[in-house]
Amino acid sequence: MKFKKLLIASSIVASSLITNIASAADTIKVGVLHSLSGTMAISETTLKDTVLMMIEEQNAKGGLLGKKLEPVVVDPASNWPLFAEKTRELLAKEKVDVIFGCWTSVSRKSALPVLEELNGLLFYPVQYEGEESSKNVFYTGAAPNQQAIPAVDYLMNDIGATRWVLAGTDYVYPRTTNKVLKAYLKAKGVKDEDIMINYTPFGHSDWQGIVAEIKKFGSAGKKTAVVSTVNGDANIPFYKELGNQGISAEDIPVIAFSVGEEELSGFDTKPLVGHLAAWNYFQSVETEENEEFIANWKKFIGDDKRVTNDPMEATYIGFKMWAKAVEKVGTTDVNAVEQALIGVAVPNLTGGIAVMNANHHLSKPVLIGEIQEDGQFEVVWETADTVIGDAWSDFLESSKNLISDWTAPVSCGNFDVKTAKCSGQNF
Amino acid sequence: MRLLSKLLSTLLPIFAVCLLSFGSFANTPTESQDQLTELMTQLPTTKLKQMPALITAIAETKAPEVRSIFTTLMNGDLYYVKSGKTIVKAQKNLSKNYDVSNILTGESLGEMKKNKIKKIRTNNALRGKMRGLLAQIDLTDANEDIRLQAVKQLLDKPNTASITALATLVNTEKDEDVKELMHVALSVNSLKTGMITEQLGAIENLKGSLEPSVRNMMIKKLDDLTQQLAQQGTVKTADQAALAKALTLAIDKIDERRNIFEIIENLFFGLSLGSVFLLAAIGLTITFGVMGVINMAHGEMMMLGAYTTYVIQQAFPGLIEYSLLMAIPAAFLVSGLVGVLIERGVIRHLKGRPLETLLATFGISLILQQLVRTIFSPLNRQVSSPEWMSGSLEINPVFALTYNRLYIIIFSLMVFFALMLILKKTSLGLHVRAVSQDRDMARALSIKSNWVDAITFGLGSGIAGVAGVVLSQLTNVGPNLGQAYIIDSFLVVVFGGVGNLWGTLVAAMSLGTINKFLEPLTGSVLANIIVLVGLVLFIQKRPKGLFPQKGRSAD
Repeated sequence: MKFKKLLIASSIVASSLITNIASAADTIKVGVLHSLSGTMAISETTLKDTVLMMIEEQNAKGGLLGKKLEPVVVDPASNWPLFAEKTRELLAKEKVDVIFGCWTSVSRKSALPVLEELNGLLFYPVQYEGEESSKNVFYTGAAPNQQAIPAVDYLMNDIGATRWVLAGTDYVYPRTTNKVLKAYLKAKGVKDEDIMINYTPFGHSDWQGIVAEIKKFGSAGKKTAVVSTVNGDANIPFYKELGNQGISAEDIPVIAFSVGEEELSGFDTKPLVGHLAAWNYFQSVETEENEEFIANWKKFIGDDKRVTNDPMEATYIGFKMWAKAVEKVGTTDVNAVEQALIGVAVPNLTGGIAVMNANHHLSKPVLIGEIQEDGQFEVVWETADTVIGDAWSDFLESSKNLISDWTAPVSCGNFDVKTAKCSGQNF
Repeated sequence: MRLLSKLLSTLLPIFAVCLLSFGSFANTPTESQDQLTELMTQLPTTKLKQMPALITAIAETKAPEVRSIFTTLMNGDLYYVKSGKTIVKAQKNLSKNYDVSNILTGESLGEMKKNKIKKIRTNNALRGKMRGLLAQIDLTDANEDIRLQAVKQLLDKPNTASITALATLVNTEKDEDVKELMHVALSVNSLKTGMITEQLGAIENLKGSLEPSVRNMMIKKLDDLTQQLAQQGTVKTADQAALAKALTLAIDKIDERRNIFEIIENLFFGLSLGSVFLLAAIGLTITFGVMGVINMAHGEMMMLGAYTTYVIQQAFPGLIEYSLLMAIPAAFLVSGLVGVLIERGVIRHLKGRPLETLLATFGISLILQQLVRTIFSPLNRQVSSPEWMSGSLEINPVFALTYNRLYIIIFSLMVFFALMLILKKTSLGLHVRAVSQDRDMARALSIKSNWVDAITFGLGSGIAGVAGVVLSQLTNVGPNLGQAYIIDSFLVVVFGGVGNLWGTLVAAMSLGTINKFLEPLTGSVLANIIVLVGLVLFIQKRPKGLFPQKGRSAD
């Protein structure tokens, strides 16, 4: 009797296995390349879940081209060289049709040669320092002109700041961004003596000297603002020290590019209230699309307290765009999809339409929000129109003549308009 | 007699309030009240862009409630009830609901759920505007601290109306500090707009004032003057020469004083960083210095202390103000107990094998980190600072001591001397020193050396736990907290001379101070490197640190 049961059960398992294999041949594979362990896991796990949620939604609508989507999740473990290995695994072994992944610039730079060698397709959803455009990567996060430059414009025009502190963590994103910002400020007529640049190590916690310096710098009778590319949890002691030394957001506002809803959740936000952040998305924006997205997210993750943030929206837009392009050309072939993606439009969660441009960057609105006590942002300013992401900054000597255009006849990621030459894949 | 004075003291404030409220009613009370009530009804529906106009109108009613309305709005506690649109002050209470009271009448409306009320929004521009408006109202406030803040605000952002008001108010001002600051504000104004003789007089009055706006105004004046002379093209008049000379002298004098305070400030920063080093290292002086155990899990003992603070704050959400005081003994016990367990379970079996001890304790540190990750989550935990730990003690406009750092310096010295006392004056201390100097001899004298080892290790770990309570106020409480401090701790102990408490004190304070004096010159990344390189060179020269232990135990 027992044996019979076992037999039935095993045959059921076997048959379901067979159908699984049969259906697996008929699926579209979506690679997910986000760190699920190590230091970046805090941020990147959220994006892995976002991709899984999007896939589930798409499958509920019947999949793509009549096939189901099948996620292939790998864990590069916050280990930069491992990103290259895992990309190779996804492309060569798993034969995925598209990859969503990476957070830090260094991980993207690590995966890039493999993507180009094996002609893969990567959607990169995080704000970054620009100065790159690859045929195989679509950048759905903000370029500097979609985050840093508008933020400075806001402080200059609306707050009236004339003196600038550029404070950052000591690594590639802050250094490049500050280089762009310094060039931009000088182009706007700000003198060298009115710019103070400061770098601190990762996880810096003793801010008293630096904050005292900022306070002194800010007491010269001119409105001073801090543009902060300080990364991760070093922000909390920084804002705490600002509060303790009596510097309020009205005296010296701090605008941050790496502080979002996710980072604020679970922190004591009291010392941060009134300080600013620039993003392309805030959870607090009230649109129908956003409310639906938030509701779906909370349901998917099964936690009513989870928040949404900008890189999640970038993932959402990237996924929708890819699905649209695949439907348009009727195949998942990378070359066809790459060309079809250019010009694809998808509604933003914050209203308006995001368009994929020929340089593989998006047109998106830029929002500036003030931090509220509940860890959410109150939008105080937004660009009148969407801003086209600029791969190569116009304010840097080395890149001001470069443009990126992946449509014929240019078809080049770093085309020099002066010499009319494509310098090849040299980023 | 006593009854009379009691009666007087209760009655006097009432008289004062009556007098004051009569004084401040510019309009008739009911009229301004009606205006205010009417304006308040517009608050829920006004867009942020139109808010400045509304705020100004509210301030102009000059009703006594304006102050409380503005401060509530600035603190983000002003809400309206969704049904009926009553404007209320709402504050979150312990049961996560809101205690609601009518802002105009002060009448309590009981407890409400969050979805019943909606916040009235502000932004920086609006808060700045309110602060300015409030400053004008506050000039006549009964409290001298509030008046002082108001004058300060006007000094930074002057306007003609407030200067005229100041000129009359200064004559009736009773409080010395406020009066002085008012004079400064008026002098700055006459330096800005007055005739040359008035300007010279103002400079004389302002000599040595450390208010940033004084220096800024002088520099601006001097710049203007040089520009004027350049355009004029002629020789400067006697007046202009005198003015330029007076300005240069005054600015020099101010800068001189500012520089002195800057050095004092850096010294304070250095000592406060040093006291954090001291707290982190002092437990290690005992385990590493006295017992000779290289304990790589020392940082994790601090982390446990920080998490103990977190747990205590979660357990007693109503007692945040006292949470640190409760956390200190609790953290000492938790980390101390874990320390004793580690000593009994692992370290005693590895006696005399330093490499194995190092690896074993490193393994323990990884286990403890992972344990915390599993129990509490890999994300940082939120530890609040009590009210008395935030803010700063302002000595003068360019020099202020932050309270948290001040308390930490005092606390670390207290821990240091307490430990000193334990080691030097108690029988436990005697045993510890005896065992560390000559184990066999001590055992021969019937000291239970195993027991002493366990207690010593527990004591060192417990103090690390106490350091963790302090660190929870300065940095993020997460699984990696300990790692950030372990290297610094070893540096301090080695620099100071292994096993020497005084050496640890001197080493911690000097490392902190050197670091803070280098930081403005080189940036914090390079400052760390320079300190490290300097230390390596120093150890080359003097391998036993600043204060090497002498005698037999030194081997």
